Amino acid sequence: MSVTIKIEHAVKKFGSNTVIKDLSLTVEQGEFFTLLGSSGCGKTTLLRMIAGFNSIEGGDFYFNDKRINDMPPYKRNIGMVFQNYAIFPHMNTFNNVAFGLKQQKVREPELSRRVNEMLETVQISELRDRMPKNMSGGQQQRIALARAIVMQPDVLLMDEPLSNLDAKLRVEMRTAIKHIQNACKITTIYVTHDQEEALAISDRIAVMREGVIQQVGAPITIYQHPANLFVATFIGQSSLMDATALHVDGQPAVKLYDGSVRVLPGMRADIADGTALKLCIRPNEFHFADEGLNASVEERVFFGDTMRYTLRLDNGQVIEIKQDIHQPLAQIGEKVKLSFRSDVVNAFDAHSEVSVMKEVVQA
Amino acid sequence: MKKRRFLNGWTLITAACFLFFLFFFLYPISRIFINSVYNFETGAFSMKSFVKFFTKRYYTNTVWNSLKVTSLATLSTAFFGGTLAYLARTIRLRGKRVLDIVMLISVLSPPFIGAYSWIVLLGRAGVVTEFINKLFGIQFEGIYGFSGILLVFTIKLSPLVYLYVSGALKNLDNSLNEASESMGCRGVRKIVTVILPLILPTLLASALLVFMRALADFGTPMLIGEGYRTLPVLIYNSFIGEVSQDHSFAAAISVIIVAFTTAIFLLQRWVAGRVNIEMSSMNPLEPKKATGIRNVLAHAYAYVFILLELLPIIVVTFNSFQNTQGSMFVEGFSLTSYVKAFNSMGSSIANTYMYSIAALFIILVIGILVSYSSVRRPSVLTAVLDTTTMFPYIIPGSVLGISMLLAFNKPPLTLSGTAMIIIAAYVIRRLPYTIRSSSAILRQISPSVEEASQSLGANGAETFVKVTVPMMISGVLPGALMSWMSIISELSASIMLYVGTTKTMTISIYTEVIRGNFGVASALSTILILSTIVVLLTFFKLTGRSEIEL
Repeated sequence: MSVTIKIEHAVKKFGSNTVIKDLSLTVEQGEFFTLLGSSGCGKTTLLRMIAGFNSIEGGDFYFNDKRINDMPPYKRNIGMVFQNYAIFPHMNTFNNVAFGLKQQKVREPELSRRVNEMLETVQISELRDRMPKNMSGGQQQRIALARAIVMQPDVLLMDEPLSNLDAKLRVEMRTAIKHIQNACKITTIYVTHDQEEALAISDRIAVMREGVIQQVGAPITIYQHPANLFVATFIGQSSLMDATALHVDGQPAVKLYDGSVRVLPGMRADIADGTALKLCIRPNEFHFADEGLNASVEERVFFGDTMRYTLRLDNGQVIEIKQDIHQPLAQIGEKVKLSFRSDVVNAFDAHSEVSVMKEVVQA
Repeated sequence: MKKRRFLNGWTLITAACFLFFLFFFLYPISRIFINSVYNFETGAFSMKSFVKFFTKRYYTNTVWNSLKVTSLATLSTAFFGGTLAYLARTIRLRGKRVLDIVMLISVLSPPFIGAYSWIVLLGRAGVVTEFINKLFGIQFEGIYGFSGILLVFTIKLSPLVYLYVSGALKNLDNSLNEASESMGCRGVRKIVTVILPLILPTLLASALLVFMRALADFGTPMLIGEGYRTLPVLIYNSFIGEVSQDHSFAAAISVIIVAFTTAIFLLQRWVAGRVNIEMSSMNPLEPKKATGIRNVLAHAYAYVFILLELLPIIVVTFNSFQNTQGSMFVEGFSLTSYVKAFNSMGSSIANTYMYSIAALFIILVIGILVSYSSVRRPSVLTAVLDTTTMFPYIIPGSVLGISMLLAFNKPPLTLSGTAMIIIAAYVIRRLPYTIRSSSAILRQISPSVEEASQSLGANGAETFVKVTVPMMISGVLPGALMSWMSIISELSASIMLYVGTTKTMTISIYTEVIRGNFGVASALSTILILSTIVVLLTFFKLTGRSEIEL
């Protein structure tokens, strides 16, 4: 049944090129864990090391207490779902899903029972006898999912399973995957470059960059308390603003480019005065105010529930803000004063790019 | 480690395939080079065969003859085949499907059937010749020699160009065509400045094939060439000929032919490499209905073509049912020729099917294994193997036949006169095509499908058997059928390698024609052509396709 995956000091090299230098990670039993990063960050490489399709140049991989480094893929008891579905084109739906069970010498009537149950779970019972070439991407991906899960694998590995689907289907399949995973409670590692997908589906996310894990945490934690500037800008949208650390009445605070001072209650008190910082402010953390930074409205785009403005600050910097549609509207060209919620913005050391906030536990 | 052991399995398979090639191809071919300058009986090196060849007008003329007729045939087939393909893709022709099938059957029918039929029609005592002579009161001698060979080659090989160019035009996006017209470039100018450059790589590739086939063709010049001597005929005569047998000389001629084919091959590669064009058609060329004189001319052109391609087959079929007396056809129809054919040539009919099926089986196994190892587990060894297996492209059949005889006619490697040596020759000749087509198919199959199988608990070998091979087979099959059809009409290598008991149908047809038993030859030819047609139509019926990759 479902296992804990432990990776210790993993190293991956392609020739002389080291893609992953030293990576450690624990995925808890039954967890839906996502590897998130842009292309080339090593997320798929890591997944394929866990699956056994990539060789492991260093470190140890464990399923529970069993070291799997030298185990061939077909003995690891994994289920894998591929970006291009990888449906066997010469078999119909039933035989695709039954392939692994037949491999395990599961006999009738159990074979049919399990396959049919699975087809029901992923809601493609009516496609039972159809050949793959006559099916849509979404249907093929359901087969791929059924084929992986019917094996009751210890681990379910998914490599960008939704990226070849259109937007609407992607959301629908995302929900289906989450439901099925919830029901089966298989330890799942999910690879994606789509942050929205990662935030929506995961129990925990590891944000990766150039083969290094930047932060591991629940979606909300990662979004609200990014560990460094990369995570802050990679997840969601943000505007960056230069600032300098100082203390006001013993409270940690920042001084902005126009000389105004804001107390940041969430910032660590031990940050030395004068430290160069970067404030990371999300579009919805800004608001128009009577007092604040001077800006002029350059552009606005209507999104239904919100209005998105592009503003130019008086130091020349361009930022994006988002306002609820029921707030007073600003016109293009209008001069406005801008404030932000200093209780929720994040600040980072300008040199090390590491968060200086209390909530963030540094690894 | 498990993974490494599995890799070793493929290394072993690759090595085994390489050994097969080494034994049945590289070693024999090397024997040609050695034999051309080294006499095994006397143990002496000498260049006298080459000297003999290059100092006698008689021989150098042969080279000139071969090159002349081959080059002209290449040009004329490129023109006729190419124009017909363009017409059929741009103008809606009634009976386009018939045209395609006739072209295919023509390509696949035994090469010298054309020569034989055209002698029946346009030879000294030909039906058409006599008609013309009576009508105009002239003494037309019939077509033999240069013009005869050129005619047969052009009619026989134009379909090859047609099928290739037609395939390329199918991949040509119509928007390019429309773009060109929207900018005011139409008609012949459009064809020359836009269409022709786009299909040039294909045209060159098919021209190379035509050149190789024409240069290597033994049967046609033998039957219709008379005094016009070409290289394959010269090889055959000096190796098997009744007058004198000079193995060293035959080897020397082989070396010279291979030098030519290599040069042409490299030239084609070089040109093709500079004009490499990627095309994918979202919006393929649609044949449009033409009107008036254009429509009439286009149809006339296509129908004359169909007639010319079908004539040899019609003649052969007609003859096969005619009564014969010695080498003469007489009044009345019967199945006598077929009865004779089955009685006297039964074994060669059986041999044809047995050898071709055995060869096909070996080709499929080796082809799939080699392509898999070179696409999925590339290494230095697979790279070497991949290149080596392409060599047979440039080795004419008669040269391959001689090389195998030289290599395997003495103990401890006495294979001459066995079925094995003929099957091996078939395999070597057709393997490059199968390897190339299976590699292409394999590259289109995502490796993740095989990984999916492994993730579901199937090990490497099980995955290969249950997933990879079944996925490849539907793509490999059309090519395999083509191979089978070319094998059953193969002559130039097997004519060197056969003995009485290992005769095949093509050899029997050839020997019967030489002996003047035209009835039996026609009956055998008809059986051969019929096999091709049946297999082809069954394939179309079963797969629902209407075209087949060459």
